[in-house]
Amino acid sequence: MTDAPTPRRPLLVRLAETGRTSVAFTLDGAPASALEGDTVLTAVLTQHDRLRRNEFSGAPRAGFCLMGACQDCWIATAGGERLRACSTFIAPGMALLSGEGAP
Amino acid sequence: MTPPVIVGAGPAGVRAAQALAAHGLRPVLVDEAPRAGGQVYRRPPAHFRRSPAELYGSEAARAVALHAAADTLADRIDHRPDSLVWNAQGGALDLLQRGRIERLPYNGLIVATGATDRVLPVPGWTLPGVTTLGGAQVALKFQGCAIGERVVLMGSGPLLYLVAYQYAKAGARIVAVLDSARLADQVAALPLMLTRPAILVKGAWYVAWLRAHGVPVVRGARPLRILGGERVEGVAFEQGAHGDGQGMQTIECDAVGIGHALRSETQLPDLLGCRFAFDALQRAHLPLRDAAGRSSVPGLYLAGDGAGILGADAAEWAGERAALALLEDRGLPVDAARARELEQRLAGIRPFRRGLERAFPFPADWAARADDELVVCRCEHISAGQLRRTVRETGADDINRLKALSRVGMGRCQGRMCGVAATEILAQACGRPVGEVGRLRGQAPIKPVPLSALSSAPPVLPEPEAAA
Repeated sequence: MTDAPTPRRPLLVRLAETGRTSVAFTLDGAPASALEGDTVLTAVLTQHDRLRRNEFSGAPRAGFCLMGACQDCWIATAGGERLRACSTFIAPGMALLSGEGAP
Repeated sequence: MTPPVIVGAGPAGVRAAQALAAHGLRPVLVDEAPRAGGQVYRRPPAHFRRSPAELYGSEAARAVALHAAADTLADRIDHRPDSLVWNAQGGALDLLQRGRIERLPYNGLIVATGATDRVLPVPGWTLPGVTTLGGAQVALKFQGCAIGERVVLMGSGPLLYLVAYQYAKAGARIVAVLDSARLADQVAALPLMLTRPAILVKGAWYVAWLRAHGVPVVRGARPLRILGGERVEGVAFEQGAHGDGQGMQTIECDAVGIGHALRSETQLPDLLGCRFAFDALQRAHLPLRDAAGRSSVPGLYLAGDGAGILGADAAEWAGERAALALLEDRGLPVDAARARELEQRLAGIRPFRRGLERAFPFPADWAARADDELVVCRCEHISAGQLRRTVRETGADDINRLKALSRVGMGRCQGRMCGVAATEILAQACGRPVGEVGRLRGQAPIKPVPLSALSSAPPVLPEPEAAA
């Protein structure tokens, strides 16, 4: 792909609980920062607007039910695992892949 | 000695655990969440700072009481947080606990698995920025986040207004609340809803508050489409009974919360062979239970919204009542007057429940109006048109037949998100009442189990055909 990557836009907006310790992780290889107590879903979607692409449609997905029922918030790690983003807490050093190159 | 097991640590599960512990049993309480409370009283991580009043509003006292009950039980029960049940058979549950699987035998099982949003999809519902109404609430309660900068909430049901209020109160911008129910529906429901005046007043107060704070509330709104290419950019809807696109309006937004009331999470009773019957009020097949919560399977009890939607207060009563039933069935002495009182309270809430259904009626013409292009199954991208074609070509008139032929309900969500919509589309396509096209059967694993967990564990693989 030679297209210039578009800047990332978050989906989620933090309204409260912003005084927490920060947690460093990587998203698509680029350094990123979340807050302690964030789920992986919150950590990613406060800086980006997707978790992965759907394997059938190729369209981006960013979770849906946020309570472990829909199974639509899976995200890949650089280590080849898949995490259910809504119910997994972010941890220091996590390497997450949304499948899009970093900007 | 094999313990009794409770699945779900929400209002029903916690009260059930409390009642069993009070009678000297030591139940196992299995729950997917890290802390007890369920979805309605979901607790943020321990170091978060908002007060119960900020988190739970008018329900703060109830939430605090339930959390306190769960906390004081800590050393009298075996609480297993972060534990997902993915199979149930032969007197045991198969759990996934922090990446490992384990088989948990039970002697008496109380299923209190709660509910999720009932979703009637519209084109665009798979776009990033769309969550269920419950999901929007979880983002705020559990993470202190709004689902977007400019949020539209749509669908129907009490949660619609509650989430709108909670969001606006927390400083989020709600650009519109689109309720498919008409004001006339809500007026017609008043006599039944007056059976619980405090709740009726609270509901009316949310709407008044929203209007006073400049939040547009549109009644009789039919969502047509969520707009956007790679994420939400807006919503198209129409007001009134046109159905011809003439009254179409659009609103710009970057997030949408959607839901049409709630649907019970019934997969465990299904796997365990409980008898079900169609419930016309809830437009769903629900496991049969007696007034105490006994299912058709001996030793298996049902409590809370997972067995039929009655709300959080009723869930607390039903959880305690089911626990008393388990004790009675073991020949242990229980307080019969208390058991009777709980049953009376549960029966007393039913007129209000009917009122809610009248106030926020299911849009029965949803399927007839759904375009062929609508994606019904978000896991495997199966459209309403594909489902209708399958019905046309094969004559399928049962949801499990349609599942086998089209794969709808076979994806990762196992029908939890698409089951209602697929059943409605099937009924419409084959011209039968929705209660007569069967109910989607579950199959283990009901939630995905990582291969790494399966390979690291003793051989407890499910029999794939067991639920067929």
